[in-house]
Amino acid sequence: MARLAAATRRDVEIQPYPLVVFILVPLLALGLQSFVSLHFQRFDILDLPLLVTIYFAITRRNPIAGTLAGGVIGIAQDALTRQPLGIFGICKSIIGYLAASVGVRIDTESHVTRALLTFGFVFLHSGMYWVLVRRLLAQPYAWSWIHELIRGVINTVVAVVLFALLDLAKRKEY
Amino acid sequence: MESFFSRYKNALVLIAVLLAQVIGVAVQVRRPLPKEHAQPDAGGVRLIRYWAISLVSPPERFVHWLGADIIGVWDNYLDLMHVRQENKDLQAELQRLRIEEGGIVEDARQGQRLQQLLAFKEKYVYQTTPAQVIGTSGTEQSRILSINKGSKDGVGVDMPVITPEGIVGRIREVFPHTSQVLVITDPTSGAGVILADTRIRGILRGNASGQPQVERVMPDERIKAGEKVITSGGDQIFPRGLAVGVVDRVVNDPDRDPLVDVLIRPAANLSQLEEVLVVTNMGDEVTPKQKLDMIQSEAAADTEQLRASEVLAERLPSRVDPDAPKTDDENSDDSADAEGEGIARPMRPPSALHPDRFTPNTTPAADSLTPGARLAPQSEGKGSTTASVPKPHATVPSSSNADDSDATETAVAVPKKKTPEVVPEDGSRPPATMTARPAVPLGTATTATHSSTTALAPTRAPMATMPATISHATTTAGGGTGTAAKPATNGSATSVSGVSAHDTTGNGSSVTTQPRNTTTAGSGTTTPARPLVTNSSTSNGTTPSGAATHTMAGSGTTGNSTSSAGTAAVHAAIPRPTTATGDAANSAVKTKVIVDGPLPSGAKKPATTSTSATSTGQQAPAAQTQRPSATAPVQKKSPELVPDDGSRPPPTMTQKPKPQPQPPPPAQSQPAPSQPQGGRR
Repeated sequence: MARLAAATRRDVEIQPYPLVVFILVPLLALGLQSFVSLHFQRFDILDLPLLVTIYFAITRRNPIAGTLAGGVIGIAQDALTRQPLGIFGICKSIIGYLAASVGVRIDTESHVTRALLTFGFVFLHSGMYWVLVRRLLAQPYAWSWIHELIRGVINTVVAVVLFALLDLAKRKEY
Repeated sequence: MESFFSRYKNALVLIAVLLAQVIGVAVQVRRPLPKEHAQPDAGGVRLIRYWAISLVSPPERFVHWLGADIIGVWDNYLDLMHVRQENKDLQAELQRLRIEEGGIVEDARQGQRLQQLLAFKEKYVYQTTPAQVIGTSGTEQSRILSINKGSKDGVGVDMPVITPEGIVGRIREVFPHTSQVLVITDPTSGAGVILADTRIRGILRGNASGQPQVERVMPDERIKAGEKVITSGGDQIFPRGLAVGVVDRVVNDPDRDPLVDVLIRPAANLSQLEEVLVVTNMGDEVTPKQKLDMIQSEAAADTEQLRASEVLAERLPSRVDPDAPKTDDENSDDSADAEGEGIARPMRPPSALHPDRFTPNTTPAADSLTPGARLAPQSEGKGSTTASVPKPHATVPSSSNADDSDATETAVAVPKKKTPEVVPEDGSRPPATMTARPAVPLGTATTATHSSTTALAPTRAPMATMPATISHATTTAGGGTGTAAKPATNGSATSVSGVSAHDTTGNGSSVTTQPRNTTTAGSGTTTPARPLVTNSSTSNGTTPSGAATHTMAGSGTTGNSTSSAGTAAVHAAIPRPTTATGDAANSAVKTKVIVDGPLPSGAKKPATTSTSATSTGQQAPAAQTQRPSATAPVQKKSPELVPDDGSRPPPTMTQKPKPQPQPPPPAQSQPAPSQPQGGRR
């Protein structure tokens, strides 16, 4: 842990991104999620807004920014559904906070670390969503461990590729 | 204090954000307002949703437009092979469809007329707006579609969205240029549906896995996979009769054990929707009365369903209390379970307050009954017998004279001709009356008199009391002009000529009808009979003169007639099961013909043959009664000859006709040409 903390001295620095990236990437994620699911119904097992939230949180390493980013993206995702605004917002706010907090402490440049974090956050996101829907809204929601496991694996695989692509958008430091 | 906020700044921000969102959710999910004031979202929520959709929709619309253009270029310019041939095929198909359309349109008009006659109001889909699906919610938990038509295109909230294959959902949220469609696979959706074959109503919702199902249906074995499901129209959203899908399978409701859920396979391909139709006008507005009726109907259905589930739960063996006191009321429903041992007994019908012979358990066992036997006591007598029949419809007094016969007309006016009364040599008269009960309900009695003989044709009269001698109707006839009586109704025909005819339609048994006819041809002129109603035996009225033809056909009857020679007085007695020969009705066909008059010299047993015997050498060409069920033809029966000495047949005529050789026709003054027997007109 000490080695990890010492090695992350350089990584603690906030990764600079163009502002347009912070705006367009979430919108693109929402649009793709909505549009692709229209033609490929199984595409909805992916949660691109969640992956974007995780990515910006662990790269920015700012819990407040991660919380707010997660809240906004989640509410925007709620707006596309029939459920009340705030369900995805709550889930993604917590995910953003946790991801940013973890990103401060561990090295998130490794793909393995990103994969593990993503798998855990996806699983946690599903758990929080189940609690909110079943307990807060009292709506039916079928929980299947196998399904959630598959969801976590698929999102992890896509996240590794997506995070690598988003790394290309980092502002180069000369 | 400052250090506290600075130290827990991140956590406080998170808590604040979460608290704000929880409060926001709580506000949104508060108890809904009445429907007339309710909106899917409050103003603020709607604004946020509108912003989000406004941000997401343009890229989606752009992508959709781009894809549509690319597809259009491909379709319009590149993929034009075989278009000419396809055009020809379509033209041919169009011609065929136009021909079919004519018939279909006529059927539709007829259906609409019939519906109007039934005051059946139905909502028709009059106007639709095509829309393209540009997006979805993107989550598994929310089955929402986004379409590219909004309020500026006439789209409104709760408008049904359909495809030619079936329903899709309803409009949930409307924006100026886009709208959200809540698909029927969503758990929060709802549509009133009805199973097309079993007519089971229910509410269609999506389950957690995204498959629509009809919830909380009573278990019914008739529900089979593949049964069509259509909209019922009770939800006030979808028009009635639209296709929803077909039954996929039936599963038990996990929350409500006795009830089941019917999983539906949607008719529309909901996973790959591109174009949909928004029903913007459904024609006839539903009146408040109709709304109230629909609501009451739905409520009644729900109540009935609930009650049925309760009854089903009560019937479960586990609910039987073995310690419960045993009730004596066997008609009580509770007694079904009160026997203990947890075995439900079948319910019994309540006992009758005033039992009669139709009451269950009052009828004797079938094995104790004799075929053909009558249960009700019958009055029998010799010479004068009146069967105890409740309501004689046609009552004919004793017809010893013509005046009496005048009073015998019953239901049908029959031309009668008064003729001098001919009394038999012994001065006997037809004794008393008899009550005949033809089984056929049309009550007519045809009476023709001639030569003091009353010819009766109480044809088809349910009850007829007629002058006749029981078991040997005697008619004396003299010469004169014959009158053809009208064959009154179906099942019987009477042709009376010369003397008289007594045509009776009756039955030897007490129940079944076996029409029989007696056709008499007497001497003298005849008047053609005019059949009122044609039947199997109808006299054509062309009765030859100078001969008395006595044909009597019947089955299971005992008819005795006495025919005077030369004048051919023929009287066909009404077959009665109450007579002494009534049992003959139960056996085969037994017919006795008694001919009054002097015995022809040299003839030991001058008897006429039954039915087809022509005593005068001529026979009425018709008036033969057929009985398909008769096992033995009537011609095979040997008549019994009674001399004209005033004697009468013995009171009991139960003896079977003896097989005797056919004697020559007695006392026939004229030879009669042979005519075909048993003619049936």
